[in-house]
Amino acid sequence: MSVLEVKDLVKDFTVRKGLKRSKLRAVNDVSFTLEPGKTIALVGESGSGKSTVARMIAKLETPSSGEILLDGVPSATRGRGLDGYRHDVQMVFQDPFASLNPFHSIEHHLERPLKLHKRAKGRGELEGQIHALLERVNLTPAEVMAKRRPHELSGGQRQRVAIARALAPGARFLVADEPVSMLDVSIRLGVLNLLARLQREENLGVLYITHDLATARHFSDEILVMFRGTIVERGPSDEVILDPQHEYTKLLLSASPDPGNQGRLRDEVRAELAASAAGGTVQDPGRDRFGTAGL
Amino acid sequence: MAKDDIRDRETVTPADVLGGPTRRRGLTDFMPRKSGKLLAGLVLVVGTLLFAFLGPLFTQNPRNSDNPALLPPGSDGHVLGTTSLGRDVLAQLAHGAQGSIMVGLVAGAIALVLSLIFGILAGYVGGWTDEGLSAFTSVMLVLPGLPLIIVLASFAQQSDALQFMSRSLWLVAIILGLTAWPGAAIVLRSQARSLRVRDYVAASRVAGEKPHWIIGVEILPNLLPLLAAQFIGAVILAIMNEAGLAYLGLGPSGSITWGTMLNEAQTGAALTRGAWWWFVPPGLMIALFGCGLSLINFSIDEVVNPKLRTAPAAVKSVRKAAKAVAEDEKKVEA
Repeated sequence: MSVLEVKDLVKDFTVRKGLKRSKLRAVNDVSFTLEPGKTIALVGESGSGKSTVARMIAKLETPSSGEILLDGVPSATRGRGLDGYRHDVQMVFQDPFASLNPFHSIEHHLERPLKLHKRAKGRGELEGQIHALLERVNLTPAEVMAKRRPHELSGGQRQRVAIARALAPGARFLVADEPVSMLDVSIRLGVLNLLARLQREENLGVLYITHDLATARHFSDEILVMFRGTIVERGPSDEVILDPQHEYTKLLLSASPDPGNQGRLRDEVRAELAASAAGGTVQDPGRDRFGTAGL
Repeated sequence: MAKDDIRDRETVTPADVLGGPTRRRGLTDFMPRKSGKLLAGLVLVVGTLLFAFLGPLFTQNPRNSDNPALLPPGSDGHVLGTTSLGRDVLAQLAHGAQGSIMVGLVAGAIALVLSLIFGILAGYVGGWTDEGLSAFTSVMLVLPGLPLIIVLASFAQQSDALQFMSRSLWLVAIILGLTAWPGAAIVLRSQARSLRVRDYVAASRVAGEKPHWIIGVEILPNLLPLLAAQFIGAVILAIMNEAGLAYLGLGPSGSITWGTMLNEAQTGAALTRGAWWWFVPPGLMIALFGCGLSLINFSIDEVVNPKLRTAPAAVKSVRKAAKAVAEDEKKVEA
């Protein structure tokens, strides 16, 4: 049974304010199971803890409690066990401008994981694999692209390099942390379609983290809605979108742009401005129901 | 229609437009740009180095005291005159250049290695390692430099254990290196702290890189310009401090540096005797070599902080605009 299982994951951060210390629970009892060929979307607003979940699965943070099981076995946090885990679980970062080292060529970024995970032997085979990877993510001509350095590529091209790097070890599970939120709207769909194609080809299990409900519904089988570290709603993606149960999911849905609402917000803001100009401090209590305006 | 037109093709690859594979660029991007500053610095530094390593071939033994004492420059084949002991100043200057540059380079290298260990290790590893290393760095930073050097130098002179290298050029260089690193270490620590949370470092951790590889291959190359600037800064500081120490009589005994020349000039009462050719050349050499290294350092700073590159041009254009406005106003008045 090949699954990546996350069980009762909790992450506490210590917040220091002067001499006072307090605990911030970023992730609270999160559990889900990622299967090959399936996509789970983790949806939530900024600060809801979804990136922390991603970083814990990628072993960049240690969970305060709970465990991550790969194929039913608790995953290692160090040593050879961790190397084996990394062989199977890889991550694509949010910002393609920050996730590639400006000093090194594209070739270097793909060569290292191939070497570390012993996917290729000898210079010739290595180069062949690098070019094959670049071609799989539509970066052609591969020989030219391999010699480039990150600053010579566009955001979309960089993100495709990052995807190729994540595929290089031959991973079975992929954590994509808002893979398109830093890209131009016009190329988002292209990158997402590329991810979907690669997922089909390799039967990857993908954890797709996003705040965009539309792409979450389009690309995933299951949606988890996260609010302040807790999963408040989960279910098959169409069900969650079409028949939201939790108040917060409804709020998220109402916040996504709807052509039918064109101009409504503008009118609301104008009305509010007019009201405050008339002397009243009327603020719609419904707007910040969840107290998240400051996040 | 002999030539095929790029517009007729179905697919246009970057290679068609750019003309072949692009050149692999590595270190060249991190080299300082050609500028008057860099050129002047290089001329001064290379000139001094040539003088230090080729000069001694053409001068007499700097310890030869058979010449008449205190000859003024130009007389009797002594281009820069002689000292009160009858030694040729030019010969001393050339040999002294070797000594001073040696001290500078050795001290600079020691300071660089120590600042790398204390700065980058503390910044990258974090936690208690960071606390310990930073605390030690801070203590070293607030210790007053020159007095510490004086104490160490005179201690080494007395100590039996260090007798074998008592007050040699090497000892002075090591002491100077051991006291010159904390400032650089603090800068490097904050840089490393900033780099370690970058996504590309996280990405290489996810790829399975080991910490020593991440520090050496992912972080260090991005610090190269900074390291170069700090090394040059440490070399300048060491040469100056060596001159200061030697002037106080705590310099290397048995070797010649620009500092020991100044010390001898002082004990030989060059100033009261009006023998300016004895103390001006070593002083000038220290100033010019330091100036050359600093100019190179400024050009490297422009690599680290590109804003510096455009700053003079921006000031100039503002001045130009102000002038143009003033002239226009004059025209309007007239």
